[in-house]
Amino acid sequence: MSNGKSILVDTSLCTACRGCQISCKQWNNLPGTKTKQLGTYQNPQDFSSDTWKVVRFAEGKKEDGKPYWYFFTDMCRHCIEPPCMYSIQNFVKDAVVRDESTGAVVYNEKTKTVPFKEVLCPYNIPRQNPKTKVLAKCTMCFDRIKNDMIPGCVKSCPTGAMVFGDREKILEMAKKRVADLKKTYPKAVAINPDEVRVIFIVTDDPKKYWKFAAGG
Amino acid sequence: MTNHWIDLQHSDCLLIQGSNCAENHPIAFKWVMKAKERGAKLIHVDPRFTRTSAKADFYAPIRSGTDIAFLGGMIKYIIENEKYFKEYVVNYTNAPFMVNDKFDFNDGLFSGYDPGTRKYDKATWTIKKDDKGIAEKDPTLQNPRCVFQLLKKHYSRYDMDTVSKITGTPVKDLQTVYEMYSATGVPDKAGTMMYALGQTQHTSGVQNIRTMCMIQLLLGNMGICGGGINAMRGEPNVQGSTDFAILSDILPGYLAAPRASLPTLDDYLKKNTPKSSDPRSANWLQNYPKYTVSLLKAWYGDKANKDNDFGYSLVPKLDDGQNCTILNMIDNMYEKKIKGLIVIAQNPACSLPNANKVRPAFTNLDWMVHVNIFDNETSSFWKGPGMDPKKIKTEVFLLPAAASVEKQGSQTNSGRWVQWKYEAAKAPGDCIYTGDIVIRLVSKLKELYKKETGAFPDPIINLTWDYTDDKGRFDPVKVAKTINGYFLEDVTIADKTYKKGECIPSFAMLQADGKTSSGCWISCGSFAQDGTNLMARRKKDDPTGLGLYPQWSWAWPVNRRIIYNRASVDLNGKPYNPKRPLLAWVDGKWVGDVPDGPWPPMSDLEKGKYPFIMKPDGVSSLFGPGLGDGPFPEHYEPLEGPMEKNPLSSQLKNPVMKIFSGPCDLFAGCDPKYPFVMTTYSSTEHWCSGAMTRWQSWLTEAQPQVYVEVSEELAQLRGIKNGDKVKVESARGSLPCVAMVTTRLRPFNCGGQTIHLVGMTYNYGWLFPEDSGDSCNFLTPTAGDANTMTPEYKAFMVNVVKI
Repeated sequence: MSNGKSILVDTSLCTACRGCQISCKQWNNLPGTKTKQLGTYQNPQDFSSDTWKVVRFAEGKKEDGKPYWYFFTDMCRHCIEPPCMYSIQNFVKDAVVRDESTGAVVYNEKTKTVPFKEVLCPYNIPRQNPKTKVLAKCTMCFDRIKNDMIPGCVKSCPTGAMVFGDREKILEMAKKRVADLKKTYPKAVAINPDEVRVIFIVTDDPKKYWKFAAGG
Repeated sequence: MTNHWIDLQHSDCLLIQGSNCAENHPIAFKWVMKAKERGAKLIHVDPRFTRTSAKADFYAPIRSGTDIAFLGGMIKYIIENEKYFKEYVVNYTNAPFMVNDKFDFNDGLFSGYDPGTRKYDKATWTIKKDDKGIAEKDPTLQNPRCVFQLLKKHYSRYDMDTVSKITGTPVKDLQTVYEMYSATGVPDKAGTMMYALGQTQHTSGVQNIRTMCMIQLLLGNMGICGGGINAMRGEPNVQGSTDFAILSDILPGYLAAPRASLPTLDDYLKKNTPKSSDPRSANWLQNYPKYTVSLLKAWYGDKANKDNDFGYSLVPKLDDGQNCTILNMIDNMYEKKIKGLIVIAQNPACSLPNANKVRPAFTNLDWMVHVNIFDNETSSFWKGPGMDPKKIKTEVFLLPAAASVEKQGSQTNSGRWVQWKYEAAKAPGDCIYTGDIVIRLVSKLKELYKKETGAFPDPIINLTWDYTDDKGRFDPVKVAKTINGYFLEDVTIADKTYKKGECIPSFAMLQADGKTSSGCWISCGSFAQDGTNLMARRKKDDPTGLGLYPQWSWAWPVNRRIIYNRASVDLNGKPYNPKRPLLAWVDGKWVGDVPDGPWPPMSDLEKGKYPFIMKPDGVSSLFGPGLGDGPFPEHYEPLEGPMEKNPLSSQLKNPVMKIFSGPCDLFAGCDPKYPFVMTTYSSTEHWCSGAMTRWQSWLTEAQPQVYVEVSEELAQLRGIKNGDKVKVESARGSLPCVAMVTTRLRPFNCGGQTIHLVGMTYNYGWLFPEDSGDSCNFLTPTAGDANTMTPEYKAFMVNVVKI
């Protein structure tokens, strides 16, 4: 297997326009779910079998007393050694496929017999369809990639916060970008680049963005 | 925009004030991020910490409605710390010009104010001219009566403590912004100012923007790559709609609307054609007669000739003092003076201020024609909350329209690029082009006027109406070519003969004798002489390397990508910024962007012209007598404000704005019942009143219901928790909604007075989804800018209580 593909998510460029959240639903034929305004811009509140990409909004006060507002466009990291895959395969061998050429971790309908609470994920990604019991999450738009298209979320990103490409290239970009960002943001870091295919860059403590940003 | 979207990347410092660019122009914001990647600093000045602030290098809070104080303080800082670009200011602005000895400013009022009429007599707001009619100047800028010294004196009152007391911006934040931004006042740095409705939607909105322009002139940022004053237009084609006179005081191409006191074409042209005695001033608008006559020829064809004033008498005239802007329109409708209304692609029941006035006003109509892609709160007003359909006589016709992507035609972006687009999909069912609806309507009117005559049939009967293809359908290319204009006879200009029927390649070829037509002079040249549609060009050549892309679409005027670009060079035509040379005079010709006129640089004392060719004096106006509320912007409080006194003068509010006084026009400034400032806006996820986007489940999932953003401090004061149901009330109406308690809003300290500010989006309406809530425009006042009547959506007073 080649080194496959990767996605770089540079949160310093993300404006939380949520184009990615919507385009994910559009490409994957996922419905808009019924939500309520609960006192936050974030909606839906979390992943579900109908929501595989959520832009998480986190706000607070900086040391100088001025506000910060961090955006974290959460999605499956497509781990190099995916705990979910191994835990699911303990129950049903072929309910998860790791695509050879991209490295995308893709679930299928056979996940419905897997006991959901036994599925391990440090990033708290997979969700179960309450009716069909099928497990669901991001597919890296594996079907688009096979047809020479980039993932829907990356395609929709206006600021270049998300980039898709060969893993080596993405790793190199991440390194360079972190070095650049460190000049302004000393805490800039790429999250677990050696362990995941979807690599987030943050400029502050990952926990300030989302409690599972760097894994739990 | 004086510049264009792609050009933002060349800026060294971007000041976004009065805009939430990241949320409301999310795609275009990539050019801001690109500038940042190239090392530029981004400053955001806003009442709320938004998604734009989250990306800024520096954020400064400002109490809504106090931009002139904030920016006036910057003018003082620039002048007193000598941060201005002196050579530019002396040569390219009216800073050295001497002002009328009788011009004066005292305690918030300029000379000539009449409190009875609430208007100024502008007789003293003039520049002193010598016996040849040329402006008297002091190039040393020392004479106390020159513009520069008067400007300095005017803003000397805007010291940081006073500004902070008004704006609520901490002094150290003011200092940081002033320092960061005024660092661009050197030849090789560029600063850009970006604004949107956050500047315009105030009773002193135009003056807000003028203050920004003045700063750009002082710093030499106008006409240069990475600089300019950039209005980010809110809709894909709103620039186009303005160019084509969607406003009631203009004709296409920003020509003045005729007035009843100007009964002949000669009267109209005399009144509107500027004069200059200075041989070095191009005074481009001396061509007014050519543009006017060509427009009349486009409208009335053979029926427009020298003997009948080219049909000028057929054009509707406004009475003197008559103002037909939307606030007055609703006022007249409320007073039962308007019987019918055609609404195209709008949702005024939700988008206009004071919905408790607007919605009842609709019930006074005999008929309403509504052209839209969806039903909305306007077309269904008769079954809305509080309405009894049995008691409403209004007959509503809802005509299904094709959506923008289902239509061929031009679309003009904020950067003045007129881009031709094709039908991406056929419109479904009976939906047709709005153009077809207008074609059918006018054709029917012509038929009826011919048959039944009526009071004054000539303007309708004589109207040229040849805009359909061979199948009788609206033909956008025919319309666009009429807008560009034709030679109606063979015309010879400077040894070159243009044949009858050819397209006009530039407005420089338009004639005042009826031999040319053009439906909008600034659009001349959008077609080449041979009829090639230049708006449809898609070539990516970039000869300057500055992202001007001269062969991608077409920009007005004459494909110039950055206007006033001759101000980017010194008197010898040498670029001030060698790193980004927008224009340069090389071997006797201009190289770079399309120059603002062909003349050589100003060091050529015989042929050189001043760079600001649209101004009669050829230079830009730091002293600008054109507006109704003063030649220098002055801070006044919004119509409804929290301050009892204006620290700068005893003039609390804009002295010339119109005050509405009908039964629905209730106001409550400094009233303990409505103690909080409110501002309104839009979100990324919904489009304007949400009439298009609320039907889209992915978008309503992301932003489902109406909410009010409040600070933690205000929440504590009112016992509100995040997500609680609250009621927001103003003197005009109230609205239940969800409270969003956030650290992103904080109370302002205005000279010891704590002022809370809350905010709501106007994205919702009662029609759909059922539980989304209604429009925040139940709260907004019927108040408009003193010059344009743009509603003051951005600053007024409310109360918030838990329910």
